[in-house]
Amino acid sequence: MSTMIDSTTRTVPPFGGFSGRILGLELRRLLRNKRAVIFTLVMPSVFFLLFGTDGDYKTESAGHGNVTAWIMVSMAVYGAMIATTSGGAMVATERALGWSRQLRLTPLHPVAYVAIKTLVAMTMGLVAIVVVFIVGSLWGAELPMWRLLLCGLVGWATSLVFAALGLFMGYLLPSDNVMQILGPSLAILSFAGGLFIPLDQMGDVFATIAKFTPAYGVGVLSRAPLGDDQSVLLGVVNVLAWAAVFIAGAAWRMSRDTQRV
Amino acid sequence: MNTTPAVRLTGVTKHFGSKGLGQVRAVDGIDLTIAPGEVVAFLGPNGAGKTTTVDMLLGLSRPTGGDVEVFGGDPRRAVSLGRIAAVMQTGGLLKDFTVRETVEFTASLFRPARPVDEVLERAGIVDIGDRLVGKASGGQQQRLRFALALLSDPDLLVLDEPTTGMDVQGRRDFWSAIRDDARRGRTTLFATHYLEEADAYADRIVLMRQGRIVADGTAAEIKAMAAGRSVRATWPDPDTAALTALPGVDAIDVRGDSVLIHTGDSDAVARYLLTHTPARDLEVTGRNLEDAFVALTGDDDVSEPTDEHEGALA
Repeated sequence: MSTMIDSTTRTVPPFGGFSGRILGLELRRLLRNKRAVIFTLVMPSVFFLLFGTDGDYKTESAGHGNVTAWIMVSMAVYGAMIATTSGGAMVATERALGWSRQLRLTPLHPVAYVAIKTLVAMTMGLVAIVVVFIVGSLWGAELPMWRLLLCGLVGWATSLVFAALGLFMGYLLPSDNVMQILGPSLAILSFAGGLFIPLDQMGDVFATIAKFTPAYGVGVLSRAPLGDDQSVLLGVVNVLAWAAVFIAGAAWRMSRDTQRV
Repeated sequence: MNTTPAVRLTGVTKHFGSKGLGQVRAVDGIDLTIAPGEVVAFLGPNGAGKTTTVDMLLGLSRPTGGDVEVFGGDPRRAVSLGRIAAVMQTGGLLKDFTVRETVEFTASLFRPARPVDEVLERAGIVDIGDRLVGKASGGQQQRLRFALALLSDPDLLVLDEPTTGMDVQGRRDFWSAIRDDARRGRTTLFATHYLEEADAYADRIVLMRQGRIVADGTAAEIKAMAAGRSVRATWPDPDTAALTALPGVDAIDVRGDSVLIHTGDSDAVARYLLTHTPARDLEVTGRNLEDAFVALTGDDDVSEPTDEHEGALA
Protein backbone atom coordinates (compact mmCIF):
# COMPACT_ATOMS: atom_id res chain seq x y z
CA MET A 1 0.00 0.00 0.00
CA SER A 2 1.44 3.31 -0.99
CA THR A 3 1.26 6.49 1.01
CA MET A 4 -1.64 8.92 0.83
CA ILE A 5 -2.06 11.13 -2.20
CA ASP A 6 -0.46 14.53 -1.67
CA SER A 7 -3.40 16.90 -1.65
CA THR A 8 -1.50 19.52 -3.64
CA THR A 9 -1.35 17.19 -6.67
CA ARG A 10 -5.11 16.80 -6.73
CA THR A 11 -6.96 18.36 -9.62
CA VAL A 12 -10.33 18.20 -11.37
CA PRO A 13 -10.86 16.31 -14.64
CA PRO A 14 -11.03 18.27 -17.94
CA PHE A 15 -14.42 18.95 -19.59
CA GLY A 16 -16.26 18.53 -16.28
CA GLY A 17 -15.51 14.80 -16.35
CA PHE A 18 -16.71 14.19 -19.89
CA SER A 19 -14.57 11.58 -21.66
CA GLY A 20 -14.59 8.92 -24.36
CA ARG A 21 -14.00 6.31 -21.67
CA ILE A 22 -17.30 7.15 -19.98
CA LEU A 23 -19.13 7.32 -23.30
CA GLY A 24 -17.84 3.84 -24.17
CA LEU A 25 -18.91 2.37 -20.84
CA GLU A 26 -22.37 3.92 -21.19
CA LEU A 27 -22.84 2.52 -24.70
CA ARG A 28 -21.72 -0.92 -23.61
CA ARG A 29 -24.27 -0.77 -20.80
CA LEU A 30 -27.04 0.30 -23.15
CA LEU A 31 -26.33 -2.49 -25.64
CA ARG A 32 -26.59 -4.94 -22.75
CA ASN A 33 -30.21 -3.85 -22.26
CA LYS A 34 -32.08 -6.28 -24.48
CA ARG A 35 -35.31 -4.34 -24.41
CA ALA A 36 -33.61 -1.15 -25.56
CA VAL A 37 -31.88 -3.01 -28.39
CA ILE A 38 -35.11 -4.67 -29.57
CA PHE A 39 -37.16 -1.48 -29.45
CA THR A 40 -34.62 0.81 -31.10
CA LEU A 41 -32.63 -1.44 -33.42
CA VAL A 42 -34.91 -4.34 -34.34
CA MET A 43 -38.50 -3.07 -34.29
CA PRO A 44 -38.17 -0.21 -36.83
CA SER A 45 -36.63 -2.63 -39.35
CA VAL A 46 -39.39 -5.17 -38.71
CA PHE A 47 -42.00 -2.45 -39.27
CA PHE A 48 -40.23 -1.49 -42.49
CA LEU A 49 -40.26 -5.08 -43.73
CA LEU A 50 -43.94 -5.46 -42.81
CA PHE A 51 -45.25 -2.21 -44.26
CA GLY A 52 -42.67 -1.03 -46.81
CA THR A 53 -41.73 -3.97 -49.02
CA ASP A 54 -45.02 -4.50 -50.87
CA GLY A 55 -44.30 -5.22 -54.55
CA ASP A 56 -46.20 -2.14 -55.74
CA TYR A 57 -44.25 0.17 -53.43
CA LYS A 58 -40.98 -0.81 -55.08
CA THR A 59 -42.16 0.25 -58.51
CA GLU A 60 -44.24 3.26 -57.45
CA SER A 61 -42.15 6.41 -57.29
CA ALA A 62 -42.10 8.99 -54.49
CA GLY A 63 -40.05 12.01 -55.44
CA HIS A 64 -36.54 10.88 -56.41
CA GLY A 65 -36.96 7.40 -54.97
CA ASN A 66 -39.58 4.71 -54.66
CA VAL A 67 -42.30 4.41 -52.01
CA THR A 68 -40.22 1.77 -50.25
CA ALA A 69 -37.50 4.39 -49.74
CA TRP A 70 -40.12 6.82 -48.40
CA ILE A 71 -41.22 4.25 -45.81
CA MET A 72 -37.61 3.34 -45.02
CA VAL A 73 -36.75 6.95 -44.15
CA SER A 74 -39.91 7.28 -42.03
CA MET A 75 -39.13 4.10 -40.09
CA ALA A 76 -35.52 5.18 -39.57
CA VAL A 77 -36.82 8.44 -38.08
CA TYR A 78 -39.17 6.42 -35.88
CA GLY A 79 -36.23 4.34 -34.62
CA ALA A 80 -34.14 7.43 -33.94
CA MET A 81 -37.07 8.98 -32.06
CA ILE A 82 -37.32 5.96 -29.74
CA ALA A 83 -33.55 5.91 -29.19
CA THR A 84 -33.25 9.60 -28.34
CA THR A 85 -36.40 9.75 -26.22
CA SER A 86 -35.37 6.77 -24.09
CA GLY A 87 -31.86 8.19 -23.85
CA GLY A 88 -33.20 11.48 -22.53
CA ALA A 89 -35.51 9.71 -20.10
CA MET A 90 -32.48 7.88 -18.62
CA VAL A 91 -31.45 11.05 -16.82
CA ALA A 92 -34.56 11.04 -14.66
CA THR A 93 -34.51 7.26 -14.22
CA GLU A 94 -30.94 7.34 -12.95
CA ARG A 95 -31.84 10.16 -10.66
CA ALA A 96 -34.63 8.07 -9.15
CA LEU A 97 -32.21 5.18 -8.67
CA GLY A 98 -29.91 7.45 -6.69
CA TRP A 99 -27.11 7.17 -9.25
CA SER A 100 -27.02 10.91 -9.85
CA ARG A 101 -26.62 11.31 -6.10
CA GLN A 102 -23.66 8.97 -6.24
CA LEU A 103 -22.28 11.02 -9.14
CA ARG A 104 -22.59 14.16 -7.04
CA LEU A 105 -19.81 12.65 -4.91
CA THR A 106 -17.51 12.84 -7.93
CA PRO A 107 -16.17 15.78 -9.98
CA LEU A 108 -18.63 14.99 -12.81
CA HIS A 109 -20.37 18.25 -13.68
CA PRO A 110 -24.17 18.00 -14.10
CA VAL A 111 -23.89 19.60 -17.55
CA ALA A 112 -21.26 17.06 -18.59
CA TYR A 113 -23.57 14.31 -17.34
CA VAL A 114 -26.49 15.52 -19.46
CA ALA A 115 -24.12 15.93 -22.41
CA ILE A 116 -22.98 12.30 -22.03
CA LYS A 117 -26.59 11.09 -21.86
CA THR A 118 -27.48 13.12 -24.94
CA LEU A 119 -24.50 11.79 -26.89
CA VAL A 120 -25.31 8.22 -25.92
CA ALA A 121 -28.90 8.80 -27.03
CA MET A 122 -27.76 10.35 -30.31
CA THR A 123 -25.31 7.50 -30.94
CA MET A 124 -28.10 4.98 -30.48
CA GLY A 125 -30.28 7.10 -32.75
CA LEU A 126 -27.61 7.04 -35.45
CA VAL A 127 -27.25 3.27 -35.18
CA ALA A 128 -31.04 2.91 -35.41
CA ILE A 129 -31.06 4.93 -38.66
CA VAL A 130 -28.12 3.05 -40.17
CA VAL A 131 -29.69 -0.34 -39.39
CA VAL A 132 -32.98 0.58 -41.09
CA PHE A 133 -31.10 2.03 -44.09
CA ILE A 134 -29.06 -1.14 -44.52
CA VAL A 135 -32.16 -3.34 -44.26
CA GLY A 136 -34.00 -0.97 -46.59
CA SER A 137 -31.27 -0.99 -49.24
CA LEU A 138 -31.19 -4.80 -49.18
CA TRP A 139 -34.98 -5.02 -49.57
CA GLY A 140 -35.65 -2.76 -52.45
CA ALA A 141 -35.50 0.85 -51.30
CA GLU A 142 -34.18 2.96 -54.15
CA LEU A 143 -32.88 6.50 -54.06
CA PRO A 144 -29.58 8.16 -54.99
CA MET A 145 -26.83 7.69 -52.40
CA TRP A 146 -26.33 11.38 -51.61
CA ARG A 147 -30.05 11.82 -51.02
CA LEU A 148 -30.04 8.77 -48.76
CA LEU A 149 -27.17 10.20 -46.72
CA LEU A 150 -28.85 13.58 -46.50
CA CYS A 151 -32.12 11.99 -45.32
CA GLY A 152 -30.23 10.12 -42.61
CA LEU A 153 -28.29 13.19 -41.51
CA VAL A 154 -31.37 15.41 -41.25
CA GLY A 155 -33.35 12.67 -39.48
CA TRP A 156 -30.53 12.17 -37.02
CA ALA A 157 -30.05 15.86 -36.28
CA THR A 158 -33.75 16.60 -35.84
CA SER A 159 -34.30 13.61 -33.56
CA LEU A 160 -32.38 15.64 -30.99
CA VAL A 161 -35.78 17.26 -30.35
CA PHE A 162 -36.91 13.98 -28.88
CA ALA A 163 -33.92 13.76 -26.55
CA ALA A 164 -35.33 16.91 -24.97
CA LEU A 165 -38.79 15.29 -24.88
CA GLY A 166 -37.27 12.29 -23.07
CA LEU A 167 -35.55 14.56 -20.54
CA PHE A 168 -38.78 16.43 -19.91
CA MET A 169 -41.05 13.37 -19.67
CA GLY A 170 -38.53 11.46 -17.58
CA TYR A 171 -38.93 14.05 -14.86
CA LEU A 172 -42.69 14.28 -15.29
CA LEU A 173 -43.61 10.59 -15.30
CA PRO A 174 -43.13 7.91 -12.63
CA SER A 175 -39.58 6.69 -13.11
CA ASP A 176 -40.08 2.93 -12.98
CA ASN A 177 -42.14 2.78 -16.16
CA VAL A 178 -41.25 5.84 -18.20
CA MET A 179 -40.69 3.82 -21.37
CA GLN A 180 -43.87 1.78 -20.91
CA ILE A 181 -45.72 5.07 -21.27
CA LEU A 182 -43.41 6.71 -23.79
CA GLY A 183 -43.16 3.67 -26.11
CA PRO A 184 -46.86 3.55 -27.07
CA SER A 185 -47.02 7.37 -26.99
CA LEU A 186 -44.25 7.55 -29.58
CA ALA A 187 -46.09 5.06 -31.78
CA ILE A 188 -49.23 7.21 -31.57
CA LEU A 189 -47.22 10.37 -32.30
CA SER A 190 -45.66 8.61 -35.29
CA PHE A 191 -49.07 7.70 -36.66
CA ALA A 192 -50.42 11.17 -35.97
CA GLY A 193 -47.35 12.84 -37.51
CA GLY A 194 -47.53 10.88 -40.75
CA LEU A 195 -44.56 8.59 -40.24
CA PHE A 196 -46.54 5.38 -40.64
CA ILE A 197 -49.10 6.59 -43.17
CA PRO A 198 -48.78 9.63 -45.45
CA LEU A 199 -50.93 12.65 -44.65
CA ASP A 200 -52.76 12.48 -47.99
CA GLN A 201 -54.18 9.11 -46.98
CA MET A 202 -55.71 10.71 -43.87
CA GLY A 203 -58.97 12.60 -43.69
CA ASP A 204 -58.80 16.41 -43.94
CA VAL A 205 -59.27 16.99 -40.23
CA PHE A 206 -56.61 14.48 -39.21
CA ALA A 207 -54.20 15.72 -41.86
CA THR A 208 -54.53 19.23 -40.42
CA ILE A 209 -54.07 18.07 -36.84
CA ALA A 210 -51.05 16.03 -37.94
CA LYS A 211 -49.18 19.19 -38.91
CA PHE A 212 -49.20 20.32 -35.30
CA THR A 213 -47.81 17.11 -33.79
CA PRO A 214 -44.09 16.75 -33.00
CA ALA A 215 -43.26 13.82 -35.28
CA TYR A 216 -44.55 15.67 -38.33
CA GLY A 217 -41.73 18.18 -38.66
CA VAL A 218 -38.99 15.61 -38.12
CA GLY A 219 -40.57 13.32 -40.72
CA VAL A 220 -41.10 16.03 -43.33
CA LEU A 221 -37.56 17.40 -43.02
CA SER A 222 -35.98 13.94 -43.13
CA ARG A 223 -37.88 13.09 -46.31
CA ALA A 224 -37.24 16.48 -47.90
CA PRO A 225 -34.12 15.21 -49.76
CA LEU A 226 -36.42 12.66 -51.42
CA GLY A 227 -38.09 15.58 -53.12
CA ASP A 228 -41.28 14.95 -51.16
CA ASP A 229 -43.87 17.59 -52.00
CA GLN A 230 -44.82 18.48 -48.42
CA SER A 231 -43.94 21.89 -47.04
CA VAL A 232 -40.39 22.12 -45.76
CA LEU A 233 -41.03 25.52 -44.20
CA LEU A 234 -43.90 24.14 -42.15
CA GLY A 235 -41.59 21.32 -41.04
CA VAL A 236 -38.93 23.76 -39.87
CA VAL A 237 -41.48 25.76 -37.89
CA ASN A 238 -42.86 22.54 -36.38
CA VAL A 239 -39.42 21.27 -35.30
CA LEU A 240 -38.34 24.62 -33.83
CA ALA A 241 -41.61 25.09 -31.95
CA TRP A 242 -41.57 21.62 -30.40
CA ALA A 243 -37.85 21.89 -29.62
CA ALA A 244 -38.61 25.12 -27.73
CA VAL A 245 -41.46 23.46 -25.81
CA PHE A 246 -39.48 20.36 -24.86
CA ILE A 247 -36.27 22.19 -23.97
CA ALA A 248 -38.15 24.73 -21.86
CA GLY A 249 -40.03 21.90 -20.14
CA ALA A 250 -36.85 19.93 -19.45
CA ALA A 251 -35.07 23.03 -18.14
CA TRP A 252 -38.03 23.86 -15.91
CA ARG A 253 -38.23 20.37 -14.38
CA MET A 254 -34.46 20.04 -13.98
CA SER A 255 -33.98 23.39 -12.30
CA ARG A 256 -36.69 22.50 -9.78
CA ASP A 257 -35.06 19.14 -9.27
CA THR A 258 -31.49 20.21 -8.58
CA GLN A 259 -32.64 21.99 -5.44
CA ARG A 260 -32.82 18.62 -3.74
CA VAL A 261 -30.39 16.46 -5.70
CA MET B 1 0.99 18.00 10.03
CA ASN B 2 -1.42 20.42 8.47
CA THR B 3 -3.37 22.31 11.12
CA THR B 4 -6.38 23.20 8.95
CA PRO B 5 -9.31 21.28 10.43
CA ALA B 6 -10.76 18.55 8.23
CA VAL B 7 -14.24 19.77 9.09
CA ARG B 8 -15.43 23.00 10.64
CA LEU B 9 -19.12 23.68 11.19
CA THR B 10 -19.94 27.07 12.68
CA GLY B 11 -23.47 27.82 13.87
CA VAL B 12 -24.95 25.60 11.17
CA THR B 13 -28.71 25.45 10.80
CA LYS B 14 -30.88 23.76 8.21
CA HIS B 15 -34.59 24.42 8.05
CA PHE B 16 -37.05 22.73 5.73
CA GLY B 17 -40.35 24.21 4.69
CA SER B 18 -41.48 27.80 4.88
CA LYS B 19 -41.12 29.97 7.94
CA GLY B 20 -43.69 29.69 10.70
CA LEU B 21 -45.97 26.72 11.12
CA GLY B 22 -44.71 23.50 9.62
CA GLN B 23 -41.13 24.61 9.44
CA VAL B 24 -38.77 21.83 10.45
CA ARG B 25 -35.45 22.64 12.04
CA ALA B 26 -33.56 19.53 11.01
CA VAL B 27 -30.29 21.04 12.19
CA ASP B 28 -30.64 23.67 14.86
CA GLY B 29 -27.32 25.41 15.36
CA ILE B 30 -24.32 23.12 15.61
CA ASP B 31 -20.62 23.82 15.99
CA LEU B 32 -18.22 21.01 15.27
CA THR B 33 -14.52 20.85 14.48
CA ILE B 34 -12.84 17.64 13.41
CA ALA B 35 -9.06 17.53 13.26
CA PRO B 36 -7.19 15.63 10.52
CA GLY B 37 -6.72 11.98 11.47
CA GLU B 38 -9.63 11.72 13.88
CA VAL B 39 -12.07 8.83 13.66
CA VAL B 40 -15.42 10.23 14.73
CA ALA B 41 -18.70 8.36 15.22
CA PHE B 42 -21.91 10.23 14.61
CA LEU B 43 -24.73 8.87 16.76
CA GLY B 44 -28.33 9.81 17.26
CA PRO B 45 -31.84 8.50 16.79
CA ASN B 46 -33.54 8.71 13.39
CA GLY B 47 -34.48 12.29 12.70
CA ALA B 48 -31.72 13.69 14.89
CA GLY B 49 -30.24 15.55 11.94
CA LYS B 50 -27.21 13.33 11.22
CA THR B 51 -28.03 12.79 7.58
CA THR B 52 -28.88 16.44 7.01
CA THR B 53 -25.53 17.38 8.53
CA VAL B 54 -23.68 14.84 6.38
CA ASP B 55 -25.50 16.20 3.29
CA MET B 56 -24.22 19.71 4.00
CA LEU B 57 -20.73 18.36 4.66
CA LEU B 58 -20.75 16.80 1.19
CA GLY B 59 -22.17 19.93 -0.41
CA LEU B 60 -25.35 18.07 -1.38
CA SER B 61 -27.38 20.76 0.32
CA ARG B 62 -26.67 24.25 1.54
CA PRO B 63 -27.13 25.29 5.17
CA THR B 64 -29.93 27.75 5.99
CA GLY B 65 -27.46 29.55 8.26
CA GLY B 66 -23.88 29.24 9.42
CA ASP B 67 -20.73 28.04 7.73
CA VAL B 68 -19.62 24.63 6.49
CA GLU B 69 -15.93 24.23 5.70
CA VAL B 70 -14.10 21.12 4.56
CA PHE B 71 -10.30 21.44 4.69
CA GLY B 72 -10.75 25.17 4.98
CA GLY B 73 -12.87 25.54 1.84
CA ASP B 74 -16.12 24.87 0.06
CA PRO B 75 -17.38 21.26 0.42
CA ARG B 76 -18.12 21.02 -3.34
CA ARG B 77 -14.51 21.90 -4.10
CA ALA B 78 -13.31 19.19 -1.70
CA VAL B 79 -15.61 16.70 -3.46
CA SER B 80 -14.32 17.68 -6.90
CA LEU B 81 -10.73 17.28 -5.81
CA GLY B 82 -11.50 13.92 -4.23
CA ARG B 83 -10.44 15.11 -0.78
CA ILE B 84 -13.77 14.03 0.71
CA ALA B 85 -15.58 10.83 -0.26
CA ALA B 86 -18.62 9.10 1.13
CA VAL B 87 -20.36 5.75 1.31
CA MET B 88 -24.11 6.17 1.14
CA GLN B 89 -26.38 3.52 2.52
CA THR B 90 -28.82 2.74 -0.27
CA GLY B 91 -29.43 3.37 -3.95
CA GLY B 92 -26.78 4.98 -6.03
CA LEU B 93 -25.83 2.04 -8.24
CA LEU B 94 -26.80 1.05 -11.77
CA LYS B 95 -27.90 -2.58 -12.02
CA ASP B 96 -26.72 -3.14 -15.59
CA PHE B 97 -23.13 -2.09 -15.05
CA THR B 98 -20.75 -4.78 -13.84
CA VAL B 99 -18.98 -4.21 -10.54
CA ARG B 100 -15.74 -3.45 -12.37
CA GLU B 101 -17.39 -1.10 -14.88
CA THR B 102 -18.92 0.89 -12.03
CA VAL B 103 -15.48 1.35 -10.53
CA GLU B 104 -13.91 2.16 -13.93
CA PHE B 105 -16.59 4.75 -14.63
CA THR B 106 -15.96 6.52 -11.33
CA ALA B 107 -12.18 6.13 -11.56
CA SER B 108 -12.15 8.00 -14.88
CA LEU B 109 -13.44 11.09 -13.06
CA PHE B 110 -10.75 11.52 -10.42
CA ARG B 111 -7.29 13.08 -10.90
CA PRO B 112 -5.41 11.18 -9.63
CA ALA B 113 -7.22 7.92 -8.90
CA ARG B 114 -6.06 4.69 -7.29
CA PRO B 115 -5.85 1.70 -9.66
CA VAL B 116 -9.15 -0.13 -10.16
CA ASP B 117 -7.73 -3.51 -9.13
CA GLU B 118 -6.33 -2.08 -5.94
CA VAL B 119 -9.64 -0.70 -4.67
CA LEU B 120 -11.51 -3.86 -5.72
CA GLU B 121 -8.95 -5.82 -3.73
CA ARG B 122 -9.19 -3.57 -0.70
CA ALA B 123 -12.98 -3.70 -0.71
CA GLY B 124 -12.83 -7.48 -1.04
CA ILE B 125 -14.76 -7.73 -4.32
CA VAL B 126 -11.99 -8.47 -6.83
CA ASP B 127 -13.48 -11.93 -7.46
CA ILE B 128 -16.91 -10.57 -8.47
CA GLY B 129 -15.63 -7.82 -10.78
CA ASP B 130 -17.49 -9.19 -13.80
CA ARG B 131 -20.78 -9.69 -12.00
CA LEU B 132 -23.65 -7.33 -12.85
CA VAL B 133 -24.37 -4.99 -9.96
CA GLY B 134 -28.02 -6.09 -10.02
CA LYS B 135 -26.88 -9.67 -9.35
CA ALA B 136 -24.63 -8.73 -6.43
CA SER B 137 -25.86 -9.15 -2.85
CA GLY B 138 -26.61 -6.21 -0.57
CA GLY B 139 -23.33 -6.70 1.27
CA GLN B 140 -21.40 -6.86 -2.01
CA GLN B 141 -23.08 -3.67 -3.22
CA GLN B 142 -22.10 -2.01 0.03
CA ARG B 143 -18.49 -3.12 -0.54
CA LEU B 144 -18.72 -1.68 -4.05
CA ARG B 145 -19.78 1.68 -2.62
CA PHE B 146 -16.80 1.45 -0.29
CA ALA B 147 -14.53 0.71 -3.29
CA LEU B 148 -15.88 3.80 -5.08
CA ALA B 149 -15.15 5.92 -2.01
CA LEU B 150 -11.56 4.65 -1.90
CA LEU B 151 -10.82 5.60 -5.53
CA SER B 152 -9.75 9.15 -4.85
CA ASP B 153 -7.82 8.09 -1.73
CA PRO B 154 -9.77 10.75 0.19
CA ASP B 155 -8.38 12.70 3.12
CA LEU B 156 -11.83 12.59 4.73
CA LEU B 157 -14.10 9.58 4.44
CA VAL B 158 -17.76 9.93 5.43
CA LEU B 159 -19.69 6.73 6.01
CA ASP B 160 -23.43 6.47 6.55
CA GLU B 161 -24.27 3.13 8.20
CA PRO B 162 -21.29 1.62 6.39
CA THR B 163 -21.59 -2.03 7.43
CA THR B 164 -25.32 -2.48 6.82
CA GLY B 165 -25.87 -5.79 5.06
CA MET B 166 -22.34 -7.07 5.67
CA ASP B 167 -21.75 -10.36 7.45
CA VAL B 168 -19.51 -10.61 10.49
CA GLN B 169 -16.36 -11.31 8.47
CA GLY B 170 -17.15 -8.46 6.07
CA ARG B 171 -17.66 -6.10 8.95
CA ARG B 172 -14.36 -7.10 10.53
CA ASP B 173 -12.44 -6.68 7.23
CA PHE B 174 -14.11 -3.34 6.69
CA TRP B 175 -13.14 -1.92 10.05
CA SER B 176 -9.60 -3.21 9.81
CA ALA B 177 -9.27 -1.37 6.48
CA ILE B 178 -10.67 1.79 8.06
CA ARG B 179 -8.30 1.57 11.02
CA ASP B 180 -5.30 1.03 8.72
CA ASP B 181 -6.16 4.17 6.79
CA ALA B 182 -6.80 6.15 9.94
CA ARG B 183 -3.29 5.28 11.10
CA ARG B 184 -1.98 6.74 7.85
CA GLY B 185 -3.82 9.95 8.66
CA ARG B 186 -7.21 9.61 7.00
CA THR B 187 -9.98 11.41 8.83
CA THR B 188 -13.10 9.30 9.14
CA LEU B 189 -16.62 10.29 10.14
CA PHE B 190 -19.21 7.55 10.37
CA ALA B 191 -22.86 7.40 11.32
CA THR B 192 -23.94 4.09 12.73
CA HIS B 193 -26.68 2.35 14.63
CA TYR B 194 -24.28 -0.28 15.92
CA LEU B 195 -23.22 1.29 19.19
CA GLU B 196 -20.53 -1.33 19.71
CA GLU B 197 -18.92 -0.19 16.44
CA ALA B 198 -18.82 3.38 17.68
CA ASP B 199 -17.47 2.18 20.99
CA ALA B 200 -14.80 -0.03 19.43
CA TYR B 201 -13.59 2.04 16.47
CA ALA B 202 -14.14 5.74 17.12
CA ASP B 203 -11.68 8.06 18.86
CA ARG B 204 -14.55 10.38 19.48
CA ILE B 205 -18.32 10.21 19.55
CA VAL B 206 -20.65 13.05 18.62
CA LEU B 207 -24.19 12.52 19.81
CA MET B 208 -27.01 14.41 18.10
CA ARG B 209 -30.59 14.85 19.18
CA GLN B 210 -33.28 17.09 17.67
CA GLY B 211 -30.82 18.91 15.47
CA ARG B 212 -28.35 19.69 18.22
CA ILE B 213 -25.17 18.13 19.49
CA VAL B 214 -25.94 16.87 22.98
CA ALA B 215 -22.64 15.19 23.73
CA ASP B 216 -19.14 15.17 22.24
CA GLY B 217 -16.24 13.19 23.62
CA THR B 218 -14.52 9.82 23.82
CA ALA B 219 -16.70 6.76 24.28
CA ALA B 220 -15.65 6.68 27.94
CA GLU B 221 -16.54 10.34 28.45
CA ILE B 222 -19.95 9.91 26.85
CA LYS B 223 -20.75 6.93 29.01
CA ALA B 224 -19.73 8.82 32.11
CA MET B 225 -21.64 11.91 31.06
CA ALA B 226 -24.96 10.16 30.77
CA ALA B 227 -25.08 7.53 33.41
CA GLY B 228 -21.99 8.37 35.37
CA ARG B 229 -19.87 5.62 36.81
CA SER B 230 -20.16 3.49 39.83
CA VAL B 231 -17.30 3.41 42.32
CA ARG B 232 -17.36 0.45 44.67
CA ALA B 233 -15.07 0.24 47.68
CA THR B 234 -14.67 -1.84 50.81
CA TRP B 235 -15.16 0.57 53.69
CA PRO B 236 -17.09 -0.44 56.82
CA ASP B 237 -19.04 2.45 58.37
CA PRO B 238 -18.42 4.94 55.58
CA ASP B 239 -18.76 8.66 56.16
CA THR B 240 -21.74 9.13 53.84
CA ALA B 241 -22.10 12.82 54.62
CA ALA B 242 -18.58 13.55 53.39
CA LEU B 243 -19.16 11.45 50.27
CA THR B 244 -22.42 13.24 49.45
CA ALA B 245 -20.59 16.54 49.62
CA LEU B 246 -18.19 15.51 46.84
CA PRO B 247 -18.86 17.08 43.44
CA GLY B 248 -20.86 14.95 41.04
CA VAL B 249 -22.07 12.34 43.50
CA ASP B 250 -25.66 11.29 42.83
CA ALA B 251 -26.35 8.43 45.18
CA ILE B 252 -24.68 6.32 47.84
CA ASP B 253 -25.52 2.73 48.63
CA VAL B 254 -24.12 1.02 51.71
CA ARG B 255 -24.15 -2.76 51.43
CA GLY B 256 -22.56 -4.48 54.38
CA ASP B 257 -18.87 -3.63 54.28
CA SER B 258 -19.10 -2.15 50.78
CA VAL B 259 -20.14 1.23 49.63
CA LEU B 260 -21.38 1.92 46.13
CA ILE B 261 -21.18 5.51 44.93
CA HIS B 262 -22.90 6.67 41.71
CA THR B 263 -21.14 9.71 40.39
CA GLY B 264 -20.52 11.86 37.39
CA ASP B 265 -16.90 12.34 38.45
CA SER B 266 -15.48 8.99 39.40
CA ASP B 267 -11.92 10.35 39.39
CA ALA B 268 -12.69 12.79 42.21
CA VAL B 269 -14.41 10.12 44.24
CA ALA B 270 -11.59 7.64 43.76
CA ARG B 271 -8.98 10.23 44.62
CA TYR B 272 -10.84 11.20 47.78
CA LEU B 273 -11.38 7.60 48.85
CA LEU B 274 -7.76 6.63 48.43
CA THR B 275 -6.23 9.72 50.00
CA HIS B 276 -8.65 10.70 52.77
CA THR B 277 -10.28 7.45 53.90
CA PRO B 278 -9.41 3.86 54.78
CA ALA B 279 -11.43 2.59 51.78
CA ARG B 280 -9.74 -0.15 49.73
CA ASP B 281 -10.41 -2.60 46.86
CA LEU B 282 -11.70 0.18 44.59
CA GLU B 283 -13.65 -0.80 41.47
CA VAL B 284 -14.74 1.76 38.92
CA THR B 285 -17.31 0.57 36.38
CA GLY B 286 -18.88 2.54 33.56
CA ARG B 287 -22.30 2.04 32.13
CA ASN B 288 -22.24 0.82 28.54
CA LEU B 289 -22.68 3.15 25.61
CA GLU B 290 -26.22 2.02 24.98
CA ASP B 291 -27.30 3.20 28.43
CA ALA B 292 -25.65 6.53 27.72
CA PHE B 293 -27.26 6.76 24.29
CA VAL B 294 -30.73 6.15 25.68
CA ALA B 295 -30.19 8.53 28.58
CA LEU B 296 -28.93 11.36 26.35
CA THR B 297 -31.28 10.98 23.43
CA GLY B 298 -34.28 9.21 24.88
CA ASP B 299 -36.49 12.11 25.98
CA ASP B 300 -39.53 11.09 23.98
CA ASP B 301 -42.04 13.49 25.52
CA VAL B 302 -40.89 16.18 23.14
CA SER B 303 -41.95 15.50 19.56
CA GLU B 304 -38.89 15.10 17.38
CA PRO B 305 -38.44 17.04 14.18
CA THR B 306 -38.51 14.67 11.25
CA ASP B 307 -35.48 14.62 9.06
CA GLU B 308 -36.84 14.76 5.53
CA HIS B 309 -33.67 13.52 3.96
CA GLU B 310 -33.14 10.59 6.27
CA GLY B 311 -34.71 8.21 3.77
CA ALA B 312 -32.83 9.61 0.84
CA LEU B 313 -29.36 9.14 2.19
CA ALA B 314 -29.93 6.69 4.99
